[in-house]
Order: sequence, then structure tokens, then C-alpha cells
Amino acid sequence: MSPILGILASSNYQRVTSSYYSIATTTLGTATASVTFSSIPATYTHLQIRALTSNASYASTSASLYLNSDTTAANYRNHYLYGSGSAAGSSTDGNSAANGVMGSGMSTGPAAWVIDLLDYQNTNKYKTIRLLNGYDTNGAGYVWFGSNLWMNTNAVSSFTITAPVGTFAINSSFALYGIKGA
Amino acid sequence: MAAGSTYTPIATQTLGSAAASVTFSSISGSYTDLVLILNASGSTGINVLMQFNGDTGTNYSSTTLGGSGTTAYSARFSNQTSIEINYEGYLDSGFNTNSIINIQNYSNSTTYKTTLDRFNNAGLGVDAVVGLWRNTAPITSVVLKTHTGTFATGSTFSLYGIAAA
Repeated sequence: MSPILGILASSNYQRVTSSYYSIATTTLGTATASVTFSSIPATYTHLQIRALTSNASYASTSASLYLNSDTTAANYRNHYLYGSGSAAGSSTDGNSAANGVMGSGMSTGPAAWVIDLLDYQNTNKYKTIRLLNGYDTNGAGYVWFGSNLWMNTNAVSSFTITAPVGTFAINSSFALYGIKGA
Repeated sequence: MAAGSTYTPIATQTLGSAAASVTFSSISGSYTDLVLILNASGSTGINVLMQFNGDTGTNYSSTTLGGSGTTAYSARFSNQTSIEINYEGYLDSGFNTNSIINIQNYSNSTTYKTTLDRFNNAGLGVDAVVGLWRNTAPITSVVLKTHTGTFATGSTFSLYGIAAA
């Protein structure tokens, strides 16, 4: 096999049945403080949210994640590990919603997010989230990953990501996916 | 809510001989995100670099978080000719390295392109890296290459497309 194959994606394109489904997408036409996916179908085992965001006004603020519109801080826990480019750190906000960095301008350094919400329909256990997130602006930025807990056994039917300060910028996009179990 | 099956395999390469780079070209713009998964081997200490659309200019940067088993660190690389997708999790002579690279919103023409990857070598270290390509052009090709030496025979590279509803 040639070392540089130059594979033509179109010629190698395969349609296969997967267990990964696109549920809904939101791309912001105006700056918005909060985005919610509601009425999430109960037909999947896990959820994944993939996003590209920035804050319209502030360079490195964080966004918070809430489930089922529950904004009671005491119902959440989080721990996270981050790199600022000069130092690695780890922290917790104690009883607080999951969070991550929002990014610094859609055209200069948007933040990418991959958020996994596991077993979201299970009514026998608290819900756990893991996230990988970060942005880089060629001179600043953070890479971030966290573990998060919602101390509630209810099935999750809505997911909200909120900018506590400022707003998500125009063209920030949020996509919700469902992953089926066997 | 609409729902459609996605996470579609686009192309896979398994090296039949050692190679210094692997290219995925003519990538369709019909997805929202790309995911590139590698399981590779090479001489110990090799870093893996990523470029888009044949751009070899100093238009790349990254912020890295990693652990060597004894120390956690973070580093920044600005004005680079590629995104360095690993730091502590080097390649080694076994197939002990894996990485999942997310390339978000790769086909839009309004934003710089941000990547997120985890790079792992259980024997050497682990990394999380956010990368930036300062270009608003849709990504149509991706090159992964070694900073020195080659990827070993049997290294695998798989590209997937995820389409949002």
C-alpha cells in the first residue's frame, strides 16, 4: 500500500447501518444566552452533544450544563482537569453544574465540545457526564475535561447549556446525537 | 425531532509498509464533524503532526494537557506549521498508541477550525490537545505525519463523518 494513498473519500464511501443517530441541531442566528434540547426521545441508551461555540463578549468564560431544567446547584457535582498552555490544574466547583470553556470568537478561536451523557434513560441511578472541551487562539486557550454528576434518578428529557456571563455568539452550533444499545 | 443514522466510515488506511505520512483527500463536505481514529506504531519518541488542505504555513497552534505518569503539564505551541496532536503519548515500537481526533464543523466557511483529540500510550503518557487551524476554508484533506521517522507497517487510520440533523 502506498504510504500516501490520497484516498478519494467519495470512491470509498460506504453506507452502513450504525447505532449513532442525529437527533437535533441548533445553529445560532443571533447571540443567545442559553440553548436547550427538549423532548429528547427515550429511544437511545446514551447521548452525545457535539458543539462549536464562543462567547460573544468575553474571551474565556465557562458555560454550564443542566439537565431537565434543574438549576439547583446542590443537585450537581463536578471535577475537572485543565491545561492553560502554561500550567495543568485540577479543580471542583463542589455542588455545581458541569462546565467547560466557551471559546474566544467564532472566527478566531471557537471552542469545541464533545459531551457524553451516559444511560440517560435509566431511572435507577444518578446521571454522569464526561466532557472533552477546549479552544486555542494561537497564543491563548484552554483544553479541558471533566466528570460531572446530576444527583437525580429521573430519566433525562432535556439538556441545557447556558452562558452564565454574556451570550453564545452567532454561528455557535450545537448538535445532539443518540447512541443505541444492543 | 428528526433523527438519522450517522457516524459513517469514509475511509480506512492500514499501512502495508512504513510511511512518514498518511493522507485523506477529497473529503466530502456532506458531514458536520470528522472523527479520525488511529492505532499506530513507530520508533519511540515520535510525535504525530496534522495538517489540512496541504497548508504548510505557520497557521496552526495548539494547547496541550498531559501526564507522563509522574507529572501533569500543559504546553502551548503557536504559529506552527502543523497541529502537534500528542506530547507525552509518543509513538513506540509496539501498537500501544491510540488516538481519537475530533475535527469540528470542518466544512463550514465562516470559522477557523478547532480540533480536539485524546492521545494515549499506556506505557508513556496521555494527552488531551485542542488545536486551531487559522483558516476559514472547508477542510477537504487531512495529513497525519511523523515529526521524524515513520509510522510502522500495520498502523491503522480510520476517518468517519458525523452529519448533524
